[in-house]
Amino acid sequence: MNVGLEHYLIVSALLFALGLLGVITRRNLIVIYMSLELMLNSANLALVSFSRFNDNLNGQVMVFFIITVAAAEVAVGLALIVALYRKRQTAHVEDLTSMKY
Amino acid sequence: MATDILFYVFAIATLLFGALVVANPFSRNPVTSAMFLVLTIVSMAGLFVLLHAFFLAAVQVVVYAGAVMVLFLFVIMLLDLKEEERRKIKKTGFITGLVAVAAIVGVFIRSLLATRPGQDLTGTAVGDTASLGRLLFTNYLLPFEIVSILLLVAMVGVILLSKKDLK
Repeated sequence: MNVGLEHYLIVSALLFALGLLGVITRRNLIVIYMSLELMLNSANLALVSFSRFNDNLNGQVMVFFIITVAAAEVAVGLALIVALYRKRQTAHVEDLTSMKY
Repeated sequence: MATDILFYVFAIATLLFGALVVANPFSRNPVTSAMFLVLTIVSMAGLFVLLHAFFLAAVQVVVYAGAVMVLFLFVIMLLDLKEEERRKIKKTGFITGLVAVAAIVGVFIRSLLATRPGQDLTGTAVGDTASLGRLLFTNYLLPFEIVSILLLVAMVGVILLSKKDLK
């Protein structure tokens, strides 16, 4: 069977599900951030395969922007985690409940 | 065909290493998760090459496996995260997470089944550096400049956040 568009989309969907599972079930802030990166990457894979399917490069330019924004997001998020760790000495989400009603 | 075999190799590698990032049965250390995330990124770069996105494959390896993972490892090194390994995952949280993920996967699979299957990827556009750069500096010039400002803002924000006395 020839590898077509839907093969890439299935891989992308499964990778997104893995990332979502990590964000929901893991309790370590750093690992949650890595799972977020997985979800962003699955969106990138879908955009690149659609770009190939539609025979233009606009999807790939969008992926370029997503990679840039993801890099900025990771830098800010990790700085926040470090600042939080300085105040609370923990990177575990169940210890960070001061905003919980 | 060789490219089909390569697709299956890279796809299985991506999903396997991605699963090991999220739930590794042998180790709950964040460093192993980070290393498996590097392997996921590299095998995904292989998929990008199969889709003729050569520039993005290189950028993926350089930016993610290079810059972002070094950031992650620095932060893991700064925070002493040995203590996390002892905690147990709560049963109820795990089950609700599984239900939510199953629902999302169901939506994806249903929408994929609703499309016409067997559509070949027969495009001829090649995402090399020259054509992507030409597009970035003509059609996408304004977003390109805005993204550069975004990077500057992120850099200033990170410096402010990591100052000693955070007000």
